[in-house]
Amino acid sequence: MSEEKKEKIKVIDARGSFCPGPLMELIRAIKESEVGDIIEVWSTDQGSQRDIPMWAQKAGHEFLGVIHEQGYDRIRVRKKK
Amino acid sequence: MSDKLAIVVFSGTVDRLLAAAIIASGGVAMGMDVELFLTLWGLNAFKKDSVNSNTRFSKDYEDMAPVMMQIMKNKNVPSWFEMLKKAKEIGNVKVHACAMAYDLFDMKKEDLAEIVDDVIGVGEFINIAKDAKITLFI
Repeated sequence: MSEEKKEKIKVIDARGSFCPGPLMELIRAIKESEVGDIIEVWSTDQGSQRDIPMWAQKAGHEFLGVIHEQGYDRIRVRKKK
Repeated sequence: MSDKLAIVVFSGTVDRLLAAAIIASGGVAMGMDVELFLTLWGLNAFKKDSVNSNTRFSKDYEDMAPVMMQIMKNKNVPSWFEMLKKAKEIGNVKVHACAMAYDLFDMKKEDLAEIVDDVIGVGEFINIAKDAKITLFI
């Protein structure tokens, strides 16, 4: 899928939220987004790095990777359907 | 059809209610339909006037309750009720009141928090739970 439309990245700051908080925030955001949108969750929860890729695979969205920052992670997922 | 997670919520203490809410959230996150059956103290905990003020804690860890409550407050952990409400917004969560407990406590529909969908008998719950992949008693 080669979309030329500019990529909208929606950032959700879920830092300080515990498992399953960041994942739940992501699911909510995905529901409210358009197909092709990228959601970036900021998380300090250790579970997110594992839960989110697993969820994305199961739910049929594209896991784009994790960017490690000082003290938190930025986890990106693209809505696929 | 989605996989189903059924939970009997028997306990009305916040530590156990939190566990039920977290597991229900996990079920929703993984795309499962979640069915809660509230009975006895679990149903009592869903009374409108106490969902946000309940501080009861399991007896065997009662001495830990004030510390635990403080930690949860400091770390901004949402209450079991908030967590459950969120899970219901996101996914398919049904909250059933047990008819027996409902009658036993002389409850009325308006006594219960809005999150409660209906009042059903244990037979109907078993009928729902027999197709569930996971059934828990909390």
